[in-house]
Order: sequence, then C-alpha cells, then structure tokens
Amino acid sequence: MPSTIRVRATASGDQTDVQSLIQHPMDSGYVKDAKGELIPPHYIETVTFEHDGKVVLTAFWGPAVSKDPYLKFKFSGAKKGDELKVTWTDNLGKTDSSVAKIG
Amino acid sequence: MAAYDSKMFDRRFVLRAAGLGSVLAATGFGFPLRASASTAAAYPADAFKQKGEADAVKTLFGQAATASDKVKLDAPEIAENGAVVPVSVSTDLPDVTAIAILVAENPSALAALYKFAPGTPPTVASRLKMAKTTPVIAVVEAGGKLYSATREVKVTVGGCGG
Repeated sequence: MPSTIRVRATASGDQTDVQSLIQHPMDSGYVKDAKGELIPPHYIETVTFEHDGKVVLTAFWGPAVSKDPYLKFKFSGAKKGDELKVTWTDNLGKTDSSVAKIG
Repeated sequence: MAAYDSKMFDRRFVLRAAGLGSVLAATGFGFPLRASASTAAAYPADAFKQKGEADAVKTLFGQAATASDKVKLDAPEIAENGAVVPVSVSTDLPDVTAIAILVAENPSALAALYKFAPGTPPTVASRLKMAKTTPVIAVVEAGGKLYSATREVKVTVGGCGG
C-alpha cells in the first residue's frame, strides 16, 4: 500500500522545518455528488507528529480543512538523521503512519 | 521527498493492527483511534460541532479571547477559490499551548486546533475551506490566557459545495 503521507523535514540549527502533505478527500458532508446525493463526511480528525518518542505537534482537524491537507510548522530539539513519525486518523477510523528521516 | 522505509512501515502497521485487535477485543469499543497510545489529548468533537465561533472557543477553552496584536494571522484578502485558502498563524507570545483557527461563516466555525508541545515554536500554516466571505479568527492559548486576531477574507467561489 503506498503511503498517503508525504513529509519533508529539514533541520537547521536547533529548529526543524516540517512540511507535510496527506492524501485524503476531507469530505465535509455538505457537498453533493453528480447524482445530487450528499457525500457523507469523511475527514481527518487527528494528526500527530512524533520525534524521539514525544509528540511535538498535535493537529485536530474539522471538515473545513482543505482536501489533501497541507501543514507546515517547526519544532526544536531534533538533528539531521533523526526520525519524525507522522500518524493520522480519520472520522471513519482509518489510519496511516509514516516515518521520515530529518534531512 | 524524505526517505521512507517501507519495510519499517509495514512492520509497524502490522504490529499496530495486532495491538488494535487486542484493544478492541478487550473493550468491545469501536474507536481504535482513541486507543492509540501516543496521542495524549482526545479529539474535541463537541467544539467542532458548535456553529458560532464564540461558542466553539468557549467549548474548547472555557473562556473568551481578547484581541491582541501579538497574534499574527495571515490570510488572503480575496480568495478566488474558497475550497483552498492558505491560512497561517504565528505569535511572539510565550508559553503557547494551542492555536485554534475559526472560520465564522462556515457551518461549524472551528476549522482546526493545534496543540504545541513545550519547545515547539507557535507557528502553523495550512489550507482551509470557506463557504463564503467571512471573518477568520485565530485564537492563541498562552499561559492559560486567550489572545485572538481576526481578518476578513472575501471569497468569490464558496468551498463548501452546494
């Protein structure tokens, strides 16, 4: 199964810049399909970013976050070669996880 | 793109799937996500259901926010496509624990809530959907107090379908 998660993490000094892109429909539950039927809500609720066993950022998302969500943030305390683990779970109980090397 | 070890992923996935199975078996409860160990805080479902921005903030934090020029909210003045509006928030305030982003005119105002670990700088950028022209509000929780900034975004084509 190909990963739904693309992460780029770059350390410079003490800070690490993280950009992540997750493939997900993020259906809000308000949009109708071609037949005029409502597409049921299907969106990511929680994303966690873990470094060295500690969660550095938790994102809680509602259906207002755009399709294929993009997120950019920073955290400190990591160095090149460390691992950053990204995990998401959605409102239907689906989940995916990926580990990126910090460059 | 960052290197990504598919073998490791597979192994972890299998392990976690096995772990979930036992949790489910033990509790008979259908929320495997909430059983996942490392996410400390639970999903604030109630706050995401609130229609208005003030109610959502109150549900989340139990208090109201005061406007502050220390909260920097970046959003376009005019968004041609309401389905993808870049919004970023940062602040100079110390001891930031959370940033919430609200879109007042959306069916539910709360769009996203970010929880920062100690030492994680309070800056975050992502993309949101907006139903129509609306105030966008960033609320920063720092040292137990709430600070906010508001910007009006003009939306030409709404991003909530219909």
